[in-house]
Amino acid sequence: MHDRLMLRRLPPISPITFSLAVALAALVIVSAGQVAPSPGQLAGGIPRMANLVDRMMPPNLEPDFLLRVFWRMVETFQIALVGTVVGVVLSLPFAWLSARDITPIGPFRHISRMLVSLFRTVPDLVWALLFVSAVGLGAVAGTMTIVIDTIGFCGRFFAEAMEDADKKPQEALFAIGAKRFSVLCGAVLPDAMPSLINTTLFALEKAVRSSVVLGLVGAGGIGQELKVAFDLFQYRNASTIILVIFAIVVVMELATDRLRSKVQ
Amino acid sequence: MTAIILARDLAKNYPNGKAVFSNIGLNIVARERVALIGSNGAGKSTLLKCLIGLLPSSDGEIVTLGERFRSTPSLAQLQRIRRQIGFVFQHHGLVNRQSVLTNVLQGKLGLPGGWRAWHHSIAKQHWREEAMQSLADVRLLDKAGARADALSGGQAQRVAIARALVRRPKLLIADEPAASLDPTAGRDVMSIFSDLALEHGITFIYTTHDMQHALEYSDRIIALKAGKVFFDRSTADVTRADLRDVFDA
Repeated sequence: MHDRLMLRRLPPISPITFSLAVALAALVIVSAGQVAPSPGQLAGGIPRMANLVDRMMPPNLEPDFLLRVFWRMVETFQIALVGTVVGVVLSLPFAWLSARDITPIGPFRHISRMLVSLFRTVPDLVWALLFVSAVGLGAVAGTMTIVIDTIGFCGRFFAEAMEDADKKPQEALFAIGAKRFSVLCGAVLPDAMPSLINTTLFALEKAVRSSVVLGLVGAGGIGQELKVAFDLFQYRNASTIILVIFAIVVVMELATDRLRSKVQ
Repeated sequence: MTAIILARDLAKNYPNGKAVFSNIGLNIVARERVALIGSNGAGKSTLLKCLIGLLPSSDGEIVTLGERFRSTPSLAQLQRIRRQIGFVFQHHGLVNRQSVLTNVLQGKLGLPGGWRAWHHSIAKQHWREEAMQSLADVRLLDKAGARADALSGGQAQRVAIARALVRRPKLLIADEPAASLDPTAGRDVMSIFSDLALEHGITFIYTTHDMQHALEYSDRIIALKAGKVFFDRSTADVTRADLRDVFDA
């Protein structure tokens, strides 16, 4: 009796949407045929992987080696920490210049946004290669990479947090003649602070993970040790380094999760 | 008596040319408490903003706190006007995550050296003392260290009054300051406004829909209806029937 008003089980689909869905499915299948592992490769790869894991065991726990790994890990953490702090400080002006309605440079904010996008979209390993060429091998290139990577990450999210800040206090302060920078410091930043702190903690977590691999291209840190271990077929050393990296990243995530839960 | 606001043949049009109000003439003198009443869309808030140069008027001349202008004041005039005005909006506009003391101090932000009002920890000592006095004036001295988001609506509006007072304004402007409060908190806020304006000799102009507030807390009532001044009289000469006529279609 209510057939005319009954909702259809599936929403109607237009011929264009249907064609696009079919094209997407075809693209996935063709791509998988070219780049996904074949069952034969998987079957052959599993024993080789098992063999590699076997050669990695037991991890190298010699005190001299552990001490070297420890200092490399300290250097990795220093790269992440200094890179994040400098990056976060530099992100604030980028975010202010980029944020809609808050920027002091009007439509020119898009220039700042594009610059932040450039920092974000170029992968950190590419930045590391550039800085290794510019300042040579070692931790300095790694730190500069993390700074740029952090500006790309925080610059965007800081700008969004500033745009989302409560507008009413800003209007009240503008009405009494407060300057843009005063409104930023007095109203926008305090309101956006929880979001800024959360983003900073994510950036630190991300920086620790990034700084681990930067050594693969010579930008300092534990990654350099890992590359040497694989290059020289010292798989027991490699397994130790991988376990240390895993432990540090997990500890870092637990610590930042705990800090985040305290931010209101 | 010193004129605080003088307006002659003031008019304001919407972008489509339709009049918000026209032919408005006003003379508000020092220490007056003026209630601006009218139904929704009568142009009360727009008139207030035009009088202090926050919105351009379409025609007429305005003299506010000695600054004479047509349409909009120059930037220098606007700056001089703003320095002598305290504002309170319908929404308190406090920074929720800041302390009450910092919020009050932020009333100094538009003044020279105002950057020291970003936070109470870097504020000049005499500004801190003035802010504490303003909090005492609105009976919230004990809340100085509390965060603004821990206050009730009425308390937050009283902090907004303290923020306006700390500027030591000659003119206090309030746009429907009690509209979002319950009746008790609304009366409380209005009586604080009124008492402080009398005590400090501040000219106080506010918009309201509340007839009781208009009758109780003003020396003069200006009623707007259909874009014109419907009446402009001493509060003692206004009856409830007059007020009902303002809001009747």
